[in-house]
Order: sequence, then C-alpha cells, then structure tokens
Amino acid sequence: MSVQGFQMDLVSEHRLSEMTPVEKVRFIIDEVKGGKILVLEKGLSPEEEASLIEMTMTLIEPDGFSGIEMESYPTEVDTSFIGKILKKNALKSRLTVIGPADQLKTLRRDRNMISALISTNK
Amino acid sequence: MGVIKKFKRNFSGIFKKLFKKQNARIGIYGPPNAGKTTLANRILRDWTGDAMGSVSHIAHETRRARRREGVTINTNGNSITLDIIDTPGLATKIDFHEFMEQGMDEAESKRRAKEATEGVIEAVKWLENLDGVILVMDATEDPFTQVNVTVIGNMEARSLPLLIVANKVDLAESSPSTIRDAFPQHPMVSISALEGKNIDTFYEELARRFG
Repeated sequence: MSVQGFQMDLVSEHRLSEMTPVEKVRFIIDEVKGGKILVLEKGLSPEEEASLIEMTMTLIEPDGFSGIEMESYPTEVDTSFIGKILKKNALKSRLTVIGPADQLKTLRRDRNMISALISTNK
Repeated sequence: MGVIKKFKRNFSGIFKKLFKKQNARIGIYGPPNAGKTTLANRILRDWTGDAMGSVSHIAHETRRARRREGVTINTNGNSITLDIIDTPGLATKIDFHEFMEQGMDEAESKRRAKEATEGVIEAVKWLENLDGVILVMDATEDPFTQVNVTVIGNMEARSLPLLIVANKVDLAESSPSTIRDAFPQHPMVSISALEGKNIDTFYEELARRFG
C-alpha cells in the first residue's frame, strides 16, 4: 500500500544554527518550493523573517509558486544574563511552521498556540 | 554689540543647517487592506490639505511606497515634523487568482500580482531606513498575522518606536481589545481612519512616540 501525502521536516535548532542567515533563507525556500512543510525548532530572527518574505516575493510566478504560509509566535525578550550582556535588545525567536501557501493554511493563532490545516491537494 | 549679535545669529543658522537633525522617517505598515493609505490620506489632509494616494477595497491597491516629507503635526501645544512613508501591504503570498475573483481579467490580475510582489519587496527594504513605525491593523481581523509579528519583531530588534493603530473601529464587528491583548507591550490607539474617529488621540500619541 502506497502512502500519499506531504513531507514534513522537523528542523532542529542545531541544524539551523550552523547556517548563515542567507543559507537559512535559501534552505527554507528550496524546501518549501519543493512542497515540504518545515517546522523550525527555534524559528528565525525578525530580520531573517523579513529576508524570507523578500526572497519569496522574487520567486512568485503565475500558475506556479504563489508564496509561503509562515506561522510563528511573537518573539520574546531574552531576559537571561547571557542574553542581556550579548545584545542590547536580545529577542528569543520561537517555533515556526513554514510551508507552501497552497498547502498550508492557518486556522487560528494566538500568543502560544498555532492551529493549521495542511492540504494534500494543490 | 549689533555686529556680535548678527554674527551669533548667522553662525547659529549655519550651525543648524550643517548639523540639523533630519525629520524622523515614520513608515505606515500593515497587511493589505488594513487602511494604511486611508490613514496616510487622513494625516495629510488634516495637516497639509493634500492626499497620499488612492484607496480601494481590492487588496494591494498601493504597490509602491509613497513618501511625503516635512509633515508638521501640532497637538496639545507640541509640534513635530515627520517624513511619512505609506508602504504597500506586506504579505507572504500573492496569488493572481484572487484579483480575478474581484472582477479583473487575467492579464490585469497577473500584472497587479507582479507589481504587488515588487511592492512587498520595497516595503521590506524600507524597514531598514526608518526611525519608527505606525503598524495599522484591521480591528475586525485576527491580529496574529505573520506580517504583524514580523514587523513588530523587527522594530523590537532595532529598539525603534512602534505605535499600533487598531483601525476600522467604525465597524460593529471590530474588537480593538483583541489587538491590545495580543501585543500589550506596545502603545495602541483605536481609530477609524475613514471617519476620523478618535483621530486627535492618535495625533497626541504620534507626537508622544515620535516627537
């Protein structure tokens, strides 16, 4: 019996931390354009999210890639001692789900809960 | 004595010209159809007698950032002069079929979609060149959109001032308290940019945040 559906990759914080911001954005775009849903353990920084939106826009094509659905929680200020001494305003990014816009749909989201629908039909 | 005074005045003028602080550049951001251009038009009509751009119920009506320099706002005895940038609606996806559903033909829809993607890129690039942001949210919609989360995160990361505007409170289904509860760490003003409701409070908060 063949299993049909979508592929979901859970990407660890460690895996993403080894990449530069440009590599992260490129990796996400390539995977999502290929039809995968990504769950990032630690998410992206606000600047990386903005870069991802920017690159997504450059790749949108009529009757092709229509963009991404991205779901992340609002960032939190890092109040740890290390966070305070490392950056003036250190923010902690949080779990993020990213997928093709025609397959992933946000149903509901609040500060600590994301509810999404994943479609197997494009 | 007169000569010294004149010298002082001239020197002061030259000094101000050389080291004059530029007006704060304030970007109006938000998702498509939140009422950004309606608010920009309201600000300009109230303080310059002019308008920023056309508005429409169809998303992505504004597809190029528009900048108006030197808008002086007087409120409660305070005066601030700002450069206002009305940005295209931010989005993570743009599907030309949505424009066709609004009655546009295919060619026009594809052209608008292409321009909309360019507008989003422009809006993202402006984020790096601002001194503060007015984030306009539709008070009838869920405030936890990715666009809102990303814009707020960028302002927080840069320690730049942010003013949240809960717009469209003239509509019965609006719920500005939902927006306030979603982002309690930032000041928020509830307005109707279309009708001008609570607009004086908005100007007072604008002067407080960006003055």
